[in-house]
Parts: sequence; C-alpha cells; structure tokens
Amino acid sequence: MIATRGPYSEVIRERWRRPRFRRAPAGATLVAEDVNPLCGDRVRLMLRLDGGRVAEAGFVGDSCAICTASADVVAELVSGKPAAEARALEPADVLAVLQADIRPTRMRCVTLPLSVLAKALNGGGA
Amino acid sequence: MTLHELTRGDFPILARVVNGHPLAYLDSAASSQKPRTVIEAMSQYYERSHANVHRSIHTLGEEATELYEAARDRVQRFIGAARREEVVFTRGTTDGLNLLADALCAGLAPGDEVLITEMEHHSNIVPWQLAARRQRLALRAVPITGPGLLDLDALDRLLTARTRVVAFTHVSNVLGTINPVADICARARRVGAVTVVDGAQAAPHLALDMSVLGCDFYVFSPHKMLGPTGIGVLWGRRERLLGLEPTRGGGEMIKEVWIEHAEWNDLPWRFEPGTPPIAEAVGLTAAVEYLEKLGMDRVAEHERALTRQALAGLTALPGVRVFGPPAGVERGAVVAFAVEGLHPHDVAALLDAEGIAVRAGHHCAMPLMRRLGVVGTSRASFSVFSTPAEVARLVRAVADVRAVLA
Repeated sequence: MIATRGPYSEVIRERWRRPRFRRAPAGATLVAEDVNPLCGDRVRLMLRLDGGRVAEAGFVGDSCAICTASADVVAELVSGKPAAEARALEPADVLAVLQADIRPTRMRCVTLPLSVLAKALNGGGA
Repeated sequence: MTLHELTRGDFPILARVVNGHPLAYLDSAASSQKPRTVIEAMSQYYERSHANVHRSIHTLGEEATELYEAARDRVQRFIGAARREEVVFTRGTTDGLNLLADALCAGLAPGDEVLITEMEHHSNIVPWQLAARRQRLALRAVPITGPGLLDLDALDRLLTARTRVVAFTHVSNVLGTINPVADICARARRVGAVTVVDGAQAAPHLALDMSVLGCDFYVFSPHKMLGPTGIGVLWGRRERLLGLEPTRGGGEMIKEVWIEHAEWNDLPWRFEPGTPPIAEAVGLTAAVEYLEKLGMDRVAEHERALTRQALAGLTALPGVRVFGPPAGVERGAVVAFAVEGLHPHDVAALLDAEGIAVRAGHHCAMPLMRRLGVVGTSRASFSVFSTPAEVARLVRAVADVRAVLA
C-alpha cells in the first residue's frame, strides 16, 4: 500500500474527491481561465460580484488533485470577501488550508488558481 | 545471464534510494542513465586532454580533435552511414530538427507544403510552424488510426506535387508505435519530397542502418541512449547536405572569410559553427561502445520483453487504460497509461513516493493528447538496465494508487 505522505494531505484528498465549489455560479460577472504549460492543467474561475464583494465563486477545470484542491480553497476563501481583500490572497493562505508538503515542482499546481483569480479580478478573460 | 544482470552494476545512479525505496528509474525515454564508462571517459577527457578542437597546433588540441572526430567515425559505423561527413554533431534532436526546418524551408515558395504527423513531439512540430510562417508554407499532419498507427492511406492523399518535406518520428514517444520508415520514405520520394526522421526514441533501442531506412535526414539524441546531454546527431545523405545552405555562421564552418562574404567549409563542419560539444562527443563514443558490446539486437529483445510485461500487467488492472498499438504489434520501449479518475501527475507523484520514476503529462505531444482525448498520460519507459522486478513493482504500485485518490 502506498504511504499517503507528501503532497496528498487529508484536505487535498477530500477536496479532490468532493470539491465544494466546483460549479458555475449563475450570473457570474468575472470569468477567467488559464493553463499550466507544464502539465496542461486548465482552471476556469467564475465570480459573481455584488456591491464590490464576491457574492459567489466557483470553478471548473481539468487538473490534478493539488490544483483542484487549491481551486476549491481559493473559491472558498474569496467567497463573501470584498474584491480588494480577495485580490490580496496569497499562496501561503491556500497552503495553510491544504496542510500539505508541496515541493517546488508542484507549487504551480497550487498557484495556478491564484493567477486565474487575479486575472478574473482584473476584468477576466479566457 | 540476462541483460540487466550484466548491466545493472555499471550504472552508479541505480544504487540510489528515493523516498525510502530503491530507485526504479522508468523514465529513460526522457533521458536514460549513464554507465560508469561514459562518466569516466568524459572526466578523463577533462583531466587529461581538453583543448579546443581543430586548428590547435599543440598536443592537447590534437588529442581533443582526434577524440572528437573519432566519435564521428564511431557513430557512422553505429548507424550504417555511408560516409563520415554525413554525420553532423548538433546539440540534440530538437536542435537538429530546427536546423533542418530552417535550412530546408529557406528556399521554398509560398504555398509549398510540409507534412508532419499527429504523433509528433513538439520538437518536430514547432520548428516547422516557425519555418512555415516565415515562408508562408502550408503545414499539414497525417492523422493516426484508432489504435495509434499512422494512417498510410491518408498519407498518400496528403502527399501532393507541392509537398516539399515529410518529417515524422521513427518511434512515437507516447504510443511506442514504430513507423514504417522505408515505406513512408518511398511514398514521399514519389512526389519528390525530402524526408526527415526524428529518431530520438528509436536510436536507443533499435539497430539502425541508414543504408536501408531510405530517408534523407535522421536525427537523434545521445542522452537517451546512455550518452551525455548537450550533443545531438544529424545524419544527412551527402548529396542532400551539399544542397543545403548553412543557416548558422561562426568559426569552424568556413574556409575563408572576407568582410562581405565567406566560403563554406567542407561537410560536416559546414554545419558545426563554434566550439562543439567535445567532452560530450567523447561520452557518446563510450555510450556507443557500451551498446555495441551488448549488441543492439539483444538490447531490443530485452526491452521488448519488459514492454510486453508492462503492457500485460497494466492492461489487466481495472480502471487502467493503456495507449498505443494493440498487443502483438511491435512497439518501442514506452508504455503510456491513464488511471481512471486520476490525473497523470498525481499518478507519477504517488509512484515517486514508492521510488518509481515515470513521466507524466503531455510528453510534449499536445496535438496527440487532444487526439487521444486526454490532458496527459503517465508513461513508463525502459532501457538496458531496467529489470522485470521493476516492471512488477510498477504494476503493483499502479494498482495501489487508485486506493489513495480515486
């Protein structure tokens, strides 16, 4: 049996199997998508802004467990936050939730959803 | 004695323990490991004989030149080239393909056609795209059939009076498909097209003979065949090489230089500007010697057996899809697979936790991934030092990864 140490923490495994924010919010106003050229992972983030706040966030994509879990955490962390606060989200915030030992080669899996978030908040674009 | 029992002790890196497990290096299609003789030949060169090659009128310069040119002779014999001047040293397969795309397309007219295939590595796609854009050429690709063979009927339909170049891989780095080089070249010749073969995945595993392959150019990378990184081989039929204008200038590739113009050096140096990879050529000689001592037929048989074992083992696992030609069709030493419900990078990371190194992702073949309908695959590949026990470990570990994430 493979030891489940390393990058695949309980949080990552749980959010990979059952992501909470994998959905397209109705009336999303800001949408962005990006690809990780290393692996071809693709994440699309959709935000519905209401009075300067992220009223709802969701994502779809084709990505690895780490990237999917990260996108799920990003969507959760920005939900309900003022756009300016959402913009300030950093990899450390996501890593704190994931509680995983992520090596440099897989850091892009964590940060891809964050760069998609920045793109979405800057007006979006596929 | 089996081949791996014979070779195992020659590869110092295989003694490594990775994540608490003995290393099972199953990523030789990306880059193989090196036997001690290669490593030592290169350090001995640096310790005893290093100087720049050609034009150095001193002892070390002569030794370095002799060693560098000896590598050319060795490669000539290894690949069955008619003449030593047909062997050009580049920096790798990618470099060789770029050189050929630049030089072959330079004289083409807008609307001329370059034909590649759907199973190419990006290295045999993008250089042609760049050249096509510059010269306004049409770039087309021969499709593959369902099981991963080249569609030769489609090839015939795509070959036209305007087809100038047909560039294709000998062995697919994903599917393992071995393309019928001589047959494809014969069809291309009928319309007068020049043929370029990417031999990166073939040279490490198959006995090569340029006199029967029938292509005009053949390129490969020594680092995938037990040799060092940083050097490549470009073989070209003499009359074809003579017909090419160099696209890169510098020292060594000229006979005489004036301010406004220059006269090119003879083959092969005409295509080798600047200081070449000398130590790497020395390492290449040692790699070829090593392979020749084993015998390429024996190497091929060893890797065929491992590939068969991996195919049988992985195919039998529930939820595992194996790509490439069906069982019974001869293929190269790579097995690409997908585990249902799992991303290939996660599969590779979980295997790495067990000390098993495989490649995962698009394998620089995004058009092929799209054709197969996947974002990527995991890929195990074998070399002379790979063992049946390692393949068995791979199959067991793949069976286990689903329990972790799926």
